[in-house]
Amino acid sequence: MNILVCISRVPDTVTKIVVGADGKNIDTNGVKFILNPYDEFALEEGLQLIEKNGGEVTALTVGNDASVDILRTALAMGAEKAVHVKTNDTNFDSFFVAQNIATVAKELNPDLILFGRQSIDFDSNQLASMVAEILELPSVSVVSKLEISGSTVNCERDIEGGKEILETSLPCLLSVQKGINEPRYPKLPQIMKAKSKPIDNRIATGNNLTNILKMEIPAKARVGKILGDSDADIAELVRLLHEDAKVI
Amino acid sequence: MSKILVYLEANDKQLKRTSYEAITAAMSLTSADNVLGVIINGNADAINSVGNFGLANVINVKSDSLSNYSVTGVATAIKEVVNVNGVSTILFGSNATGKELAPRVAVKLSAGYISDCVGLAQNGGNITATKPVYAGKAEVSCEVTSNIKVFSLRPNVFTAKESSAANVISTDFTPNISTDNLKVKVKSVVRNEGKLDVAEADKIVTGGRGLKGPENFNIVEDLAKAIGGAVGASRAVVDAGWRPHGEQVGQTGKTVSPNLYVALAVSGAVQHLAGMSGSKIIVAINKDKDAPIFKVADYGIVGDVFDVVPKLTTQIKAMA
Repeated sequence: MNILVCISRVPDTVTKIVVGADGKNIDTNGVKFILNPYDEFALEEGLQLIEKNGGEVTALTVGNDASVDILRTALAMGAEKAVHVKTNDTNFDSFFVAQNIATVAKELNPDLILFGRQSIDFDSNQLASMVAEILELPSVSVVSKLEISGSTVNCERDIEGGKEILETSLPCLLSVQKGINEPRYPKLPQIMKAKSKPIDNRIATGNNLTNILKMEIPAKARVGKILGDSDADIAELVRLLHEDAKVI
Repeated sequence: MSKILVYLEANDKQLKRTSYEAITAAMSLTSADNVLGVIINGNADAINSVGNFGLANVINVKSDSLSNYSVTGVATAIKEVVNVNGVSTILFGSNATGKELAPRVAVKLSAGYISDCVGLAQNGGNITATKPVYAGKAEVSCEVTSNIKVFSLRPNVFTAKESSAANVISTDFTPNISTDNLKVKVKSVVRNEGKLDVAEADKIVTGGRGLKGPENFNIVEDLAKAIGGAVGASRAVVDAGWRPHGEQVGQTGKTVSPNLYVALAVSGAVQHLAGMSGSKIIVAINKDKDAPIFKVADYGIVGDVFDVVPKLTTQIKAMA
């Protein structure tokens, strides 16, 4: 099986977000960047599939020069190949990324393309479906359980109020949900070996279809009325929720 | 005048609430006669319900190939409806369906797409959308630069507004779709009977690790029942196996924006806040006065949930 896993580099969850000088992007000074957590599940799923079925995993990212670090992580986990589509532009949108992923995918012609369900920076939740549409591939998003036999793909996902069991066939594109597997931690010898594995470097091309006008930190005014635990306090909370907030 | 198309998703004899919210959002951007609804194999009751929100024109896509939902089939149908109706803007709810469908529609129409919007406004001939980013820690204002524009709206932010009832005119439309091209089949659906899903609830009561064990979740369930809300869970209690993943609220669970969010014995880790900080009113009950959850709470009680919550539930039930 030839599997392409698309990964991205995002700020760590606990990062304090400060708007940078251009007013449109975050100030990256002192920010710790990590492999998008959902993409770890995608990489692990790809690796488990090739361990069972033979083949190889190629990791792909579209991003700046520093993004090479997540490709090294993917190689250390067990990806055979890595492709780095480089852009040092700070303002590119999902469509731009989708076009570049599609270009690589058309060349590599994988049996399966895997994504994490969303990246935790913009939470746009659209890249996987866009790539699937550009490539005219069937896709299932937010997969929590996956079984592939031959070219038949059986998967499960949560939906509002329940669970859906779906079937499709290779070649296809899937985005995965947390909990589909337990991502492996690469061991030191693999990390060392990954440092010298070759990376296929390319230059990103294409255009955006959206434009960021500005980024702001919203000032969220919360009432902040904190009470004690006496019976009178509990009664007061009920009154506030009923009369002031009008939510009960 | 170019039209705004609203994707309408049926829910038995009505529509899902996100569809009514999208209609209201469309009405805030243009005049009512420029708004068009599109529904797939819609029934008369669901279609006529839009009249209560001021929408008069609905395209009913009739297709046996779409009797079972298919994201690629529906996307194709919407593209065809857009092309013959002079539509320049398309709105979806940013629920599970919308998140998968909107990007495909956008690519089919070479349209820019902005997802999970919390604001939409006309701005000198273009529409400015605002959306939360970085787990809600920041907000971006953005616009679409292509001629056709697609937006999905975060649920429970654009309040659905009933207006003077309009007479609904439904026009049938037959798309060019064959089932051979629909490659993903839903084999079965398992429903959580009787449980309200956090993603659809407008009130949520979440229990955290401070509840000490799964057997104590009855106090969460009782309060949820008393206020008519859904039960949510923090990551810690889901990882501990006390509650199912479907109830998890947080960055790796579900993002919710209910009218009322009650956090019981939840510390308020940043990843949890990422999933609920958009809630309209947040109430926290925790015995630790320094718990981070209190920083984002509108109202709170510093106290032991085992002592406070049953009393709270009793008082709320007495109000009814």
